[in-house]
This record gives sequence, C-alpha cells and structure tokens, in this order.
Amino acid sequence: MSFVDIRNVRKSFGDTEVLKGVTINVEKGEIVTIIGRSGSGKSTLLRCINGLEAINDGEIRINGELVHDKATDLRHLREKVGIVFQQFNLFPHMTVERNITLAPTLTKRVQKGEAARKLALDVLSRVGLEQKIDAYPEQLSGGQQQRVAIARCLAMGPELMLFDEVTSALDPELVGEVLKVMEDLARQGMTMILVTHEMNFARNVASKIVFMHAGKVHEQGAPAELFANPATSELKNFISSTK
Amino acid sequence: MNLNFNQLWRYQDDFLHGIQTTLLLTLIATVAGMLIGLAGALLSDSRQPAVRLAIRSYVEVIRNTPALIQIFLIFFVLPYAGLRLPPFQAASVALSLYMGAYTVEIFRSGLASIPKSQIEAGQCLGLTRFQVFRYVILLPALRNIYPSLASQIILILLGSSLASQVSADELFHTAAFVESRTYRSFEVYAVVCAIYFIMVLSLRLIFAGVERIAFRWPTRR
Amino acid sequence: MRGFTFSDFLTMLWAVQWTATLVLIALALGGPLGLAMAMMRSSRNVVLNVIALVILQIVQGVPLLGMLMFFYFGMPVFLGIQVPALVSVSVAFTIFTAAFLGEIWRGGIQAVHVNQSEAAACLGLTRWQGFRHVIAPQAFKIALPSTVNFLVQLIKNTSLASIVGLVELARAGQLASAATFAPLTAYACVAAIYFAICFPLTQWSRSLEKKLHVVR
Repeated sequence: MSFVDIRNVRKSFGDTEVLKGVTINVEKGEIVTIIGRSGSGKSTLLRCINGLEAINDGEIRINGELVHDKATDLRHLREKVGIVFQQFNLFPHMTVERNITLAPTLTKRVQKGEAARKLALDVLSRVGLEQKIDAYPEQLSGGQQQRVAIARCLAMGPELMLFDEVTSALDPELVGEVLKVMEDLARQGMTMILVTHEMNFARNVASKIVFMHAGKVHEQGAPAELFANPATSELKNFISSTK
Repeated sequence: MNLNFNQLWRYQDDFLHGIQTTLLLTLIATVAGMLIGLAGALLSDSRQPAVRLAIRSYVEVIRNTPALIQIFLIFFVLPYAGLRLPPFQAASVALSLYMGAYTVEIFRSGLASIPKSQIEAGQCLGLTRFQVFRYVILLPALRNIYPSLASQIILILLGSSLASQVSADELFHTAAFVESRTYRSFEVYAVVCAIYFIMVLSLRLIFAGVERIAFRWPTRR
Repeated sequence: MRGFTFSDFLTMLWAVQWTATLVLIALALGGPLGLAMAMMRSSRNVVLNVIALVILQIVQGVPLLGMLMFFYFGMPVFLGIQVPALVSVSVAFTIFTAAFLGEIWRGGIQAVHVNQSEAAACLGLTRWQGFRHVIAPQAFKIALPSTVNFLVQLIKNTSLASIVGLVELARAGQLASAATFAPLTAYACVAAIYFAICFPLTQWSRSLEKKLHVVR
C-alpha cells in the first residue's frame, strides 16, 4: 500500500463532474507534480487530498487512514499534512514568528516562549528568512510571504506537503527563491504533491509527473520519459503550448 | 438678551448624577447589546428557518421604528404583561434591545469580512473550530468593524437622552428638572448639550487610543 | 375613558402628514445646505473645510433632542420674538440633515474624486463643469444607498418633535394612549405605521447597495 492512495476518485460541483475517476499512488519521498490546463481538476484533486473538498465516490487514504471517513479525526490528520496555498494565506495580524508558532503551541507540540521561538528560527533558516522573524506579512514581498507560508507548514513537522500553484501569484523575479526552497525540501526527502505550471521544476525535480485533462489522469510517469515521448495528443498539445 | 448661567451652579450635584446615570445606561446597553448582537450574528447562519426568521424580524422591527416608541412600549406596555419596570431598568432594556439589533448587523459583516481562505489556512494547520475563531477570525474582524461599533456606541450615548421621556434620571431629565426650578431654559439646555459634546469627544479619544493599542499590525493602504 | 377605535387609527394616519411635512422641510432646506457642506469639506480651502468640520462635529456630538431644545428655547432668546414650535423644530432638523447628508455626500465625492477630476481636467472642462457633469453624478450614485438610509433615520427622528408638542405621528400615539388607556394598542399602531413607511425604504436602500456592488 502506498503512502498516499488515491483510488477512483469522483467529484462533482452541483451537476458538473470535475473529477472523473482519478487514481494516483504516491510513495514516501516521492515528488509528484500534477500538470494540466486550467479546469482539468488539478487543484480540486489537491484540495480533496487533505479533506478541504468532499468527494462523491472513490477513496483517498493517507498512510492507510481514509480522509473522507466520518470516523477519521480530520483535524489530527491535518497536523501531518501541510498545504501551501497560491495566495499564501498568512495571518495578517500576527508576526512571522506567531504565524509559524501558532499551531504548534496550540496543538502542544511545543511550549510557548523560548522553545517556540527556537522552532520558528529553525524553520525560517530552512527557507532563508531568519531575519524576518518579527516582521508582519504585509511588510514582506510575495516571495518572502510564500517562503514563510512554507516554513509555517514545516513547523508542524508534516509527513506530506501539498503545493497548490504556489508560484502562480508571484512576480516572475520572485518565483526562483520559492522554487529553490521547494527543491531543498525535495532533496531532504519530503513527500510532496504539487500542482504547478512551472515546467522546468516538473522536469528537473519531480520523480513522477501526472498529466490531467478534463478530470481524468491521461498519463503518468517519470518526467524524462513523459516529456520526451508523450503518448496522448492532449499531452503533446499541452507540452507544445507551454514552451 | 438676558442670559444667566450662574443659577445653574447650585445644581452641580444633580448634573453630576445625571452624567453618571447616562454613562451607566450607555455601558449597560453597550455590553448587553453586544452580547445580544454576537448571539444574533452567530445564530444568523442557523439551519433552522424559524431561528433565522426570528432574528431577521427582531432586527428589522428595531431598525424601522423610532427608539422613542420602543422605549414607550417597554415602559408603558410591559406592566400589562405583569412586568412593571422602573424607568431606569425599562430604559436599559429598551436601549439594549436597540443596540442589539444594530450590532447583529455589525457583527455579521465582521464575520463575513474574513476571507474563507484564512479559515481554511487555520483548519489546515490542525486548529479546532474554536481556535480558528479565537486566533484567526476574532482580531481582524474586530478591527474591520471597529469604526462602526465605535459610532454605534456613541449613538447609544446620545440616544440615552430619550430615557428622559420615561423619567429615567439621566442627564437630559436632569436638564428638565433644573429648567423647571430656574426657568433658565436656554442656558440649561445649552450647558447640557455642551456636556454631551464633551462626553462624546472623550469617548472618541478613548476609542482612538484603544484602536492604536489593540490593532498594531500594518495593513494595505 | 373610551376604548381604542378605528378613528384613533385614522387620527394617526392624519398625523403622518406632519411627519411628512417635517421630513420634506428638512430635506428641502437641509439638502442644499448639505451639498454646500459636502463641497466645503472636499474643498482645498482650509477655512471652509474647518468650519464645516466643526459644525459636523457639534451636530454629531449632541443628542438631536438637545438640538431641538436648544433651538426651541434659543430662538426666542436670540431673536427676541416668539417662534412657533414648527419653526424651531424645522431649524433643528435642517441643520441635522445638512450635517449628516453633507458627510454622506462628501464620502461619495471623495470616492470618485481623484482620477475622475484629472480625467475631466484633461478633457478641458472647468472645475465646476467637471464637478457638475463628471463627479456629482457618480458620487450621487455611490451615496444613494446611504442617503436613503439617512432618510429612514430622519423619518424616525421626527418622533422627537412630539416632545415639544408637535402633533405628528408619535404625539398622536401618546394622545391616543392617554385618552384610551390602551398604550399597547396605541403604540403598537404607531410602530406599525412607522414600520410600514420605513421598511420599504430600508429594503430599497439594500437593493441599491447590491446593484452598486455589481456595477463596481
């Protein structure tokens, strides 16, 4: 059994079926990149993985636990699954330190005060932003805010991290710093599932690419193979349109 | 023109008592009104249509009828239902209900002003629903509604003058009393207006100070 | 003592015309003054701005009831003649209206102001033309929901005129209550009539606001 088991997932918004039977397996340490056009269902699928969206059929298991089961403690599960959003979603009324230490201190992983600050400095150093520990989100650039968002996730010690088009809202010159952090995380062995338009990242860092089109998985495989020899016409079109 | 303010000095204590009662009325109405408003705002999303309708009706009736009539209804009509309230209590109830209706709307807009994405972020970090409310929603929502809430409290302070019409001994009633003793009508009301003005100004300064202390994080300008 | 009859209800409806009179006077006189105040508050002339600001602060810092009494007793004192209650009440409501509408309209003007003034100037319009044709229509549209809202406040506030003896709707209620010893019926009727007048206006204000947000 894989670490993340997505089996035959179907999801509709009202009458529109957005996911039409999606099956993906993710092993520990894998870097899975989901690519595809807007509307292919990529972000919806990602939001289903940590239970932000309900599913109509199929199942999603993380480490054996069913995500959408009533018996599952979703809140507890979410302590182990981090998600980074396109719009950062930092808490504007808190400093960077408080943003990072809020959840760990409330869920009792860490004591308030010295220990919490040390944790914050730790994760901030992993994203290269220790000096901003007392700043407010509004005082940071987009790229810095996104890196803080990543640090905020890391502070919870997740086993899995989800990235929902995390560079799409950034000015081009700020994208690189965020991608670098993500590459570092990958190298350190984090299990990551990303939805992204950054094709170079997909090519160079991902261990598996999943190409989605119109709610279905059309192809999946190793990046080198997929990009060199796309099997379906949709993927061929997609690759050429993103060059 | 024959103005004489000197006679009013004799009634300092009465004025002071009137000020105290006014402030007390305002305080009671503000606290009770905000509790009612919070309850109303949270219950506005109830799944029971009857609850939603009840809150909606309460808010609309209060907002579309004069406060004076509301005070009369509480004071003159409740005794027929067996509950005879003295003037101060009756006025407190009426003003609290009045404040409650307006704060339901204020709190609702406050809760709605927090983007869903903030709540999602909190939930995805493993926070409970209460923790999300307490740490993610509360302060930013309060900051957003602060100007409206402050204005509303000042309106209640000024509106407490209506309690004089059921003989509650707040400041405006004191004015009528002193007027009846001195016949210096214009002087009395001029002084009372000035006192209200000073109270309002002081409140505004206090509110501004609190805002500076409580809401320190920078926002997009 | 007699019971509450239908004729009491009719008397109240009759009294509504005085409520309406007060509202119309306040709007007719206070409206233009309010516009003047809005322009004074938006002008670059510091003196005008401050004068309007002071008037606004005073009106917002004093109970309306206080203003009523101030003019009711003050006008005879300062003008030396007896003025009918209607006149002093009208003065108080006019100033009240002018101050609040002025503030509402100032908000509307400033919401439109900057970019549109520049655009108008670049088209060769004079400042007055720019204001009359470009800024004012847009400001009016933006301020309309709040203006209707204020109208509701004004209607409710006319009930205070009862305290100086004017027989508008609230006073009619008091008289009926005293004559019939049926305060619940009397005041409930009064409340219902106010509600019937104000609620549609409140709803209109809300629908205007929705339309506004869609347009923007």
